[in-house]
Amino acid sequence: MTAAFSLPDAPANDRARPLLVAERVTKSYGEVVGCRDVSLAIHPGEVLGIVGESGSGKTTLLKVLSARMAPNAGTVSFDAGGRGLADVYAMAEPARRALMRTEWGIVHQDPRDGLRMHVSAGGNVAERLMGTGARSYADMRAEAAAWLGRVELDVGRMDDLPRRFSGGMRQRVQLARNLVTRPRLLFMDEPTGGLDVSVQARLLDLIRELVRDLGIAAIVVTHDIAVVRLLADRLLVMHRGEAVEHGLTDQVLDDPQHPYTQLLVSSVMTA
Amino acid sequence: MTTPLLHAEGLSKTFVLHTQGGVRIPVFDALDLIVTAGECVCLDGPSGAGKSTLMRCLYANYRPASGRVRVMHRGDWADLTGAEPWRQLEIRRETVGYVSQFLRVIPRVPAIEVVMEPARARGVPAAVARDRAADLLARLRIPERLWSLAPATFSGGEQQRVNIARGLIAEHPILLVDEPTASLDAANRATVVALIRARKAAGAAVVGIFHDAEVRGLLADRGFDVALRRVAA
Repeated sequence: MTAAFSLPDAPANDRARPLLVAERVTKSYGEVVGCRDVSLAIHPGEVLGIVGESGSGKTTLLKVLSARMAPNAGTVSFDAGGRGLADVYAMAEPARRALMRTEWGIVHQDPRDGLRMHVSAGGNVAERLMGTGARSYADMRAEAAAWLGRVELDVGRMDDLPRRFSGGMRQRVQLARNLVTRPRLLFMDEPTGGLDVSVQARLLDLIRELVRDLGIAAIVVTHDIAVVRLLADRLLVMHRGEAVEHGLTDQVLDDPQHPYTQLLVSSVMTA
Repeated sequence: MTTPLLHAEGLSKTFVLHTQGGVRIPVFDALDLIVTAGECVCLDGPSGAGKSTLMRCLYANYRPASGRVRVMHRGDWADLTGAEPWRQLEIRRETVGYVSQFLRVIPRVPAIEVVMEPARARGVPAAVARDRAADLLARLRIPERLWSLAPATFSGGEQQRVNIARGLIAEHPILLVDEPTASLDAANRATVVALIRARKAAGAAVVGIFHDAEVRGLLADRGFDVALRRVAA
């Protein structure tokens, strides 16, 4: 058969260079181990799901990876501005803050941790733009409105405070606030946790579309297999502070190797 | 044409069921298989011989205990089973297509977009991908009124045809098909056979599982008996 369309040439290997590399990171709280000896690399556009039960160390790992909690051992490096991998904990504080304001986004499980609750929805989005040097009020307002629309919020409510929004809507504001600077890497901690199932499904659809359309890499921490089945290209399974298994999402879910992963997967009802 | 496109080398697979007392289920051991451009190899063997397991290993869905699967990707041999995840996904996007036995897709996505997605992932413009998807769905007799609906509520045969359209749209040079005609009527079976023959004629290397003897006869150039590579349990 002659091809019905000609396929485009394969794109250059822009994914071959890792964006973030963690090498043997360990974080303990006194005697208690948060995460132990975890290594991983994230490439541009990849979505990594970190799964495990509560206390498995997945949230600790996310904080270590996102420069919010220094590890006791090991390193975390990020390719800031495409200038090559640099240790995020060895950076000067202003450089690390700039990273968090621009190339990284962090979506918290509780929107109150990621939003300023006494600032309007539009202000929350515009504030992040100001952090990148934007100064024109009209431009920032237009940009904020565009992003609130993109996360499917009623732009007519951009002057409302987040406290007047539902949980699902607050998560959308948080997404808009993070995406407005076009980050290259998004960290998400249980982004749909605590939401009603139907609200959760719509928010997941939105996150999946945005992450794919914008081509951003993401690390999603969750205990919910359904969330990673929908969002993640690949999985890291955490158990008692250790990364016990990793692989493509379909590999880990269809052919789990580690005893804990087998238990985890067999406990999920399949549709 | 005798250009090899897929090479399984020394492939072994054993399942270890930790939740069931650590039972070990060996499936095959030190298996070798080469498939060339334009050739269709049918995996043979009785039910339970490990045909689907081998197929899934060839797609790097199941992870082999040892050995590797190499594929001709971007003009060079690439180790699909041993590559980094981003590279495995790139190989699946561009080189190896897989039509599974059952459609497993993201909920709430319309059938036509389910079909378009692999072409979009290869960078085909949306309008072109949509036309091609529409053409495939029409040939596979999926009524147009269903195209904008999510396939979750479709019949088994309709889901399978959506799955086939999705598997064929990106015209991968290596095509893995697991029982593509199992729940289809004669007319649709003939369409699927014609579509796969067209891929062969275009130079694709095809590995299939075909229980239907007639379909097997129309598509397969040779058989590969998985049971003969089976490990004595």
